[in-house]
Amino acid sequence: MAETLTKQDIIKDENIVYKKTKLMTDKVLSYCPGCGHGTTHRLVMEVIDELDAQANTIGIAPVGCSVLAYEFMDIDMQEAAHGRAPALATAIKRLMPDKFVFTYQGDGDLAAIGTGETIHAANRGENITIIFVNNGIYGMTGGQMAPTTLPGMKSSTCPYGRDVKMMGYPLKITELIARLPGTYFVTRQAVHTPANVRKTKKAIRKAFDLQKQNKGLTFVEVVSNCNSGWKMTPVKANQWMVDNMFPFYPLGDIKVDGELVK
Amino acid sequence: MAKVKGDIVVDIERCKGCEVCIDACPTHTIAMSEDVNGKGYHYMQNVHDACTGCTNCAIVCPDGVITVYRVKI
Repeated sequence: MAETLTKQDIIKDENIVYKKTKLMTDKVLSYCPGCGHGTTHRLVMEVIDELDAQANTIGIAPVGCSVLAYEFMDIDMQEAAHGRAPALATAIKRLMPDKFVFTYQGDGDLAAIGTGETIHAANRGENITIIFVNNGIYGMTGGQMAPTTLPGMKSSTCPYGRDVKMMGYPLKITELIARLPGTYFVTRQAVHTPANVRKTKKAIRKAFDLQKQNKGLTFVEVVSNCNSGWKMTPVKANQWMVDNMFPFYPLGDIKVDGELVK
Repeated sequence: MAKVKGDIVVDIERCKGCEVCIDACPTHTIAMSEDVNGKGYHYMQNVHDACTGCTNCAIVCPDGVITVYRVKI
């Protein structure tokens, strides 16, 4: 039986078990090879597809590598000024409370210039979802030091490694906002292995479900690689991320159902 | 025991050759091609028929270039 099975017998529409979701456009992603942004984009779109909410979702694109997110996500999107995505999301959610509203931000956008907007949106308990991609560097502008850069980590503006005495300590913004009473679900995930991708998708699904119940702000951090900024191959960058990023940014839920678990 | 057999179809022109899928494949079915696509990247391809259609490669692919098929035999 097995010998008679040819490629043509397997490759048929009824045998498809996985296909890129239709909510991702066919445009080629502008990200570097192996970047976690592409996977995170697709997971968000898969969740919206599962919720059948293509017409009821408004996304906010940030400034940074993912500035063109509206080109790749086939839903209604609005571009925000640098760091102002949570403020814009607040306005949209208050005007249209029955829509799903999410922001998609990087660490330079959310944890540096947008810290004020992020913390106040979380503190007000806005019913929005924030997807936060943390790669510890300003990727788009050429790998400069970000607030999330690890101590000792090299970047183009700290070529000898981040010296915490002079440049300060990395900001764990996810832990910070988890302590605010307005947040309901805060988690940190990654997308470098299939198991982590599945966990991240579950977390994003949970965040959107909770948004529907008006529970408060839901926050999903995705620790990602930046192989161009870190000057590594994608596979080595993922390994470096496991060895160096995860001890400082441990994966797992930080706040579940409004209670701190970590 | 029911056996499964899978196969993948790769959108060659969209593949950026990051090799993340090769690490994720449990049966070592995929490898990089010697040829390059229109953008100059080596693309991933099926090199032998051990694929079980587990979808691991497709879900870690940042560019979503892989479609996975699976049949029970």
